[in-house]
Amino acid sequence: MTYFARRIGFFVLTLWGAVTLNFLIPRMSAGDPAQAILEQVAAKDGYVDPAQLEAVRAMLGVPDASLWSQYVDYLGNIASGNFGVSYTYFPYSVTDVIGDALPWTIVLLGTTLVLSFVIGTLLGAWVAWRRNTGFDAVVTVGSSFLGTLPFFWLALLLIYVFAITLGWLPSSGGYSGAVEPGPSPEFFVDAWQHFLLPAAAIMITGPIGWMLGMRNNMVASLGEDFTRFGRAKGLPARVLAVSYGARVAILPNITGFALALGGLVGGTALVEQVFNYPGMGRLLLEAVGNKDFPLMQTIFLFSTVGVLVANLAADMLYGLLDPRARRKETA
Amino acid sequence: MSAVTLDGPPAVTARRPRLLRTPRWFVILWRNKKARFGMVLLALFLLMAAFAPWLAPYDPRDGGFAPGLPPSAEHWFGTTGRGFDVASQAIWGARTSLLVGLVAGTISTLIALAIGMTAGYLGGFADEVLSFFTNLVLVVPTLPLMVTLAAYMPGGGGVWMVIVVIGITGWAGGARNKRAQILTLRNREYIQGARQAGDGIFRIIFREIAPNMTSLIVVGFIGAVGGAIGAEAGLAFIGIGDPETISWGTMLYWASQDGALLTGGFARLVVPGLLLALLTTALTFINFGVDALSNPHLREQ
Repeated sequence: MTYFARRIGFFVLTLWGAVTLNFLIPRMSAGDPAQAILEQVAAKDGYVDPAQLEAVRAMLGVPDASLWSQYVDYLGNIASGNFGVSYTYFPYSVTDVIGDALPWTIVLLGTTLVLSFVIGTLLGAWVAWRRNTGFDAVVTVGSSFLGTLPFFWLALLLIYVFAITLGWLPSSGGYSGAVEPGPSPEFFVDAWQHFLLPAAAIMITGPIGWMLGMRNNMVASLGEDFTRFGRAKGLPARVLAVSYGARVAILPNITGFALALGGLVGGTALVEQVFNYPGMGRLLLEAVGNKDFPLMQTIFLFSTVGVLVANLAADMLYGLLDPRARRKETA
Repeated sequence: MSAVTLDGPPAVTARRPRLLRTPRWFVILWRNKKARFGMVLLALFLLMAAFAPWLAPYDPRDGGFAPGLPPSAEHWFGTTGRGFDVASQAIWGARTSLLVGLVAGTISTLIALAIGMTAGYLGGFADEVLSFFTNLVLVVPTLPLMVTLAAYMPGGGGVWMVIVVIGITGWAGGARNKRAQILTLRNREYIQGARQAGDGIFRIIFREIAPNMTSLIVVGFIGAVGGAIGAEAGLAFIGIGDPETISWGTMLYWASQDGALLTGGFARLVVPGLLLALLTTALTFINFGVDALSNPHLREQ
């Protein structure tokens, strides 16, 4: 049980850390942060909108108060779900704007993440089983190269080939303007067509990290004494591959699942930007472009918390699957 | 006092003067086919960056050509929507990528070393705090963090702002690895011996522990350089930093801004992306060889 308690403790601490980091970033610049923000806005637009002034003030709290009381106010606001008003989408609250974008990203990121993990792990196990063959060499070297291709660049190429040259799929947006969003078959078909290319851009390189990780882990576990013993007992190859090699090798990949997520969130943000996909990533970049600081900060906080929750889930799963992890922490 | 094993210095045989001899690490790297490929490729990129003014057919900032020209003998990869020569920009872009990669990679490696080694060596409460901080930075999604930091950076931001943002966000993975490595090293006999001989903490860390971590540090550094190059391209592509900087990322930024996709500027899209991928591949392949330096099992004969 100690393992799970420790993981939950770490989750709570990192959650607090992320929330505090989010509080500190705008206050790192010297002088009055609100003033600094407004100067940036003025430099961009030439004037400062009163609505924006109010949004910035609401985000940063009472300007003359001490840092500590600002911090307490900030924590109180977060606890009550009050993240302020978006300047770009005034008078909508930041929560409303994010609520519209969140489902798109969850579907896009969630699907590609799970598929990448499954495909990468299966492929890695297969390559490890056929280690030191020509097939292994080609797949390992080839995917090492493929893995260096930037997400957003692949996204641009896919648009060029499939949307512009061939005209098979739409190049931008999450659904067509002609279709009313809602639980209708037309909308699902339309959203599916808009989903395919962004998902493909992520899926080309997505599985590679897990594939290489799984291959290396499984090459090691297949060389262990217990596998040799199983072979000596005359166990069929399939049992050796699945229950002896893969079962041990998959554990580090689950920890990697959570760590890779932080990077994948960034990659997805760029892909969303390329496809003008109505998710959180594009919203974040739009907020940065418009100097919409309340929106920007809240998206940063949301994506961090999302990754933290996924991390906790992976840690829990790891603890369930690997008795050694539980025992080590208790000892 | 426990017995300290004292190996004498390695036998010195009469060979060529030290400076003229090929260093051993280079021989091992060169024998590894992947690393050799990587080093040749990286050397080409370094030459390209160093001799950019002579290699590039035109001034990359000379916008006096007809915009959107297709590839031809005068313009190998055509011209951009604003009338710049694509080939010249691609050649000059190597400078930005290598500059950002090397400087930001150095910054994050130094931070990783300082934090990882201190945490691992001191242990106890200091380790708890530093490890917590490392894990926090590790799980925070990098791109949103970089973008948010960049938005608050003073001075609008050119290449140096981008370097700082990448450098201070990219160290956590390296710090974690170095901490783990130092934990396995600190209880070895020769470290205890040095401690009992009265060596100070810095001497132990830098003279006794660091040499045994060299290949890990180099692997981490090369990985950080590759990561920084990718991050620069990503940030430039979304318009963070100065879009007038000449880099492969800004080339892609402008290509997508002025509709190169629609007007058939395929070369403008392919060239910067491929160069980015090749440079990162070169670094990845060198790392295969550096791994072999520390692990003789991975060496190719």
